[in-house]
Amino acid sequence: MLHFERWKVIAIVAICLAGVVFAMPNLFSKQTVDGWPSWMPKRQLALGLDLRGGAHLLLSMDTVELRKDWLVTLRSDVRKQLREAKIRFTGLGIVGNGVQVRIPDPADVEKAYDALKKLVQPMGNAILGRSTDDIEVTRSGSDAIIVKPSEQGLQQRVTDAAGSSVETVRRRVDELGTTEPNIVRQGQDRILVQVPGYDDTRKLKAVIGKTAKLTFHEVHPTTSAEEARQTRVPLGYKIYPSDEGEAGGSYLLKEAPVVSGEDLVDAQPGFDQRTNEPIISFRFNQSGARKFGRFTKNNVGVPFAIVLDNKVLSAPVIREPILGGSGQISGSFTVESANDLAIQLRSGALPTKLTIVEERTVGPSLGADSIEAGELAVVIGTLAVAGFMVFAFGLFGVFAVIAVLINLTLIIAAMSLLGSTLTLPGIAGLVLTVGMAVDANVLIYERIREELRAGKTAISAVEAGFTKAFVTILDSNLTTLIAALVMFWLGAGPVRGFAVTLSLGIFATIFTAFTVTRLLVSLWIASQKTRKIPAPL
Amino acid sequence: MFKGVDFFPHGTKFPIMQMRGYFVTASAIAALAAIVLLATQGLNFGIDFKGGSLFEIQTKTGTVDVADLRAKLGDLGLGEVQIQELDLPTDALIRIEEQQGGETAQQQAASKVQDALGENIEIRRVEVVGPTVSGELQQAGVIAVTVAVIGILLYIWFRFEWQFGVAAILALVHDIIITMGVFSLLGFDFGLTEVAALLTLAGYSINDSVVVFDRIRENLRRYKKMPLEELLNLSINETLSRTILTSTTTFLAVLALYVFGTEVIRGFSFAMLFGIVIGTWSSIFVASPFLLWIGVKRDWTGAVGKANPAAGKA
Repeated sequence: MLHFERWKVIAIVAICLAGVVFAMPNLFSKQTVDGWPSWMPKRQLALGLDLRGGAHLLLSMDTVELRKDWLVTLRSDVRKQLREAKIRFTGLGIVGNGVQVRIPDPADVEKAYDALKKLVQPMGNAILGRSTDDIEVTRSGSDAIIVKPSEQGLQQRVTDAAGSSVETVRRRVDELGTTEPNIVRQGQDRILVQVPGYDDTRKLKAVIGKTAKLTFHEVHPTTSAEEARQTRVPLGYKIYPSDEGEAGGSYLLKEAPVVSGEDLVDAQPGFDQRTNEPIISFRFNQSGARKFGRFTKNNVGVPFAIVLDNKVLSAPVIREPILGGSGQISGSFTVESANDLAIQLRSGALPTKLTIVEERTVGPSLGADSIEAGELAVVIGTLAVAGFMVFAFGLFGVFAVIAVLINLTLIIAAMSLLGSTLTLPGIAGLVLTVGMAVDANVLIYERIREELRAGKTAISAVEAGFTKAFVTILDSNLTTLIAALVMFWLGAGPVRGFAVTLSLGIFATIFTAFTVTRLLVSLWIASQKTRKIPAPL
Repeated sequence: MFKGVDFFPHGTKFPIMQMRGYFVTASAIAALAAIVLLATQGLNFGIDFKGGSLFEIQTKTGTVDVADLRAKLGDLGLGEVQIQELDLPTDALIRIEEQQGGETAQQQAASKVQDALGENIEIRRVEVVGPTVSGELQQAGVIAVTVAVIGILLYIWFRFEWQFGVAAILALVHDIIITMGVFSLLGFDFGLTEVAALLTLAGYSINDSVVVFDRIRENLRRYKKMPLEELLNLSINETLSRTILTSTTTFLAVLALYVFGTEVIRGFSFAMLFGIVIGTWSSIFVASPFLLWIGVKRDWTGAVGKANPAAGKA
């Protein structure tokens, strides 16, 4: 057990040196490391948001809303389809999870069914190589037809919406001028936004939180919202509340917009030249400009409504045709809200509202304090353990301390190479590893003492100490590894960082105890001049 | 050469097993008290599990005026507002309970607090956890502890015998329950990092028990005729110095964490500190008595190659 072949010695020294080399960049600042020649290792530990400072937001998509939106679209698709086929229908509406329509003339039912079947879109399924349909068209009773989104269709919708939400959120966050934001989909309907070094979450939330669906609508020429509410809302029209709440009243608008935000190419915050109020000026693309131009030309003197997220921002009267494709929106904006809205309009509308379900923000000063505290804890903890080990085991204690230092170096090197993130609990894991790593040495040394007392010679006692302690060390470390793996599997962010350092610490501990310590001990034995080696402990 | 100070007495013959009745009774009382506390008072769940919001603040000038803060925040109508002073007189922690009205309500409340705090206060940390996420985290915490305990049980069963596994798990559950009881007693916040501490404690406590068990297994092979009680006592005494030394080094390291660490890991390091003490206690005084009661297989000669190939070689 104490004899090392030459290649093993070389391998052990090489691994330790590699550890030192790869851990080294962490001792220098980012700028210094960037200046190093390209052949040198440059990867540094990635710090978690809790150490670096930054914002962490977990957003949840509103899948119910998504389904509802789709049903509304389906309902108008059904209406359009049946009108085009010139089929008379009644009772078109959303019933439960689908759209139902009745065909009064029994002769038309089959024709209507065929017409509605055309709405079905097959969805490719790359994995199964088979396609499923996004909606199902079924007949119910003698005269009713139900058009219903399929489960797969809904899932596809959610996936698509998540994808485009991630893109939109990324565009918006990028507009804030942040560096390296991490925006990813998490699970079925969640989006994780992490912005290192940015702690103005209110700004972040203001920019992300709005759907920013901008639409321009015709106002009903004769009936007001009040009248419509008392009698009935005309077909194709809908009552929209004002952005200013109760006081702003409400408007009766045509539900289908004239133009929507999808046709915008640019939006910039600015000030109204006369009133000096904050406004947003925008520009349409060609098709938007054409639609808007045609509409304004035909409706001079008539009000139209600018609607944001189903609330009316303003309803100005068209004074002259707007043919250039650009215009401005006024509302009760502040400089900041105009700025935010411009960002949102530029980066496009979100497919559905995003709700913040979790927020964790750490300011940069607290992060710096945490790093400082963590470093102090590592240093003091290591010193205390080192002092104790040297006190209790003398020279062999020094070997243990060397092993622990190499252990820490290897953990840091491995983390730098793997690109895993160091969090504050991760630092706690390092400190804990220092305390627990020397356990391997304590087990070996105490065993050696026992063997010495049993009357063995120094060499055979040392030999027996390493051999007999091996199984125990393996068993006791593997149980901790089980706990660490469970934490990694189930934990989030910081806890996962702890699990990483703890697991790496366990591997490093087993490695150093059986290579580094053993090598040092065998070198010590080899260095003894006399044949009869004195008891080392 | 300097051999170090072998300060811990060796060859001790403490009658630990003979006095097991006292130790186990003490542990049983503590565990029972912990269960009663957990049942009546419960744990003071942090926002990870309960939802709500938390703000760590620092004044830019002067010190924190808790009464003033309480008055300002109390007027917002956000339910219970807790203000906790931290180590520095400029620092404090504000907790707002979960608001009725779902995810958006939490955000609105957090925003109100930020407005009310004013210019002189820097908000250094904000955590807002809504009802969905807190429910999920609760579930994850329970699953994590259960899976870890079962995983450890299976491992010990595989490496030793089922009797060892059961004794180790009983000691482990004892440690976890008493630690949670202390959290309940002191009203400390119990969140995700504290669950991580419990899991680590589980690993650590088993680690200690395994060392004793390994020795028991070794002695079972060596002294085939020795009565079990005597054999267990011998094993505990033989490993006592190691148990104490290791607990000391780990304790020292975690103490550094407790003293110098920030508020975020205060609860974590406290749980670990306490856990080391209780874990050491249970591996000396609790695990082995359990093993005696359950009984172990005495004939290990045939099982050497199968159950423990590495030890067989030695």
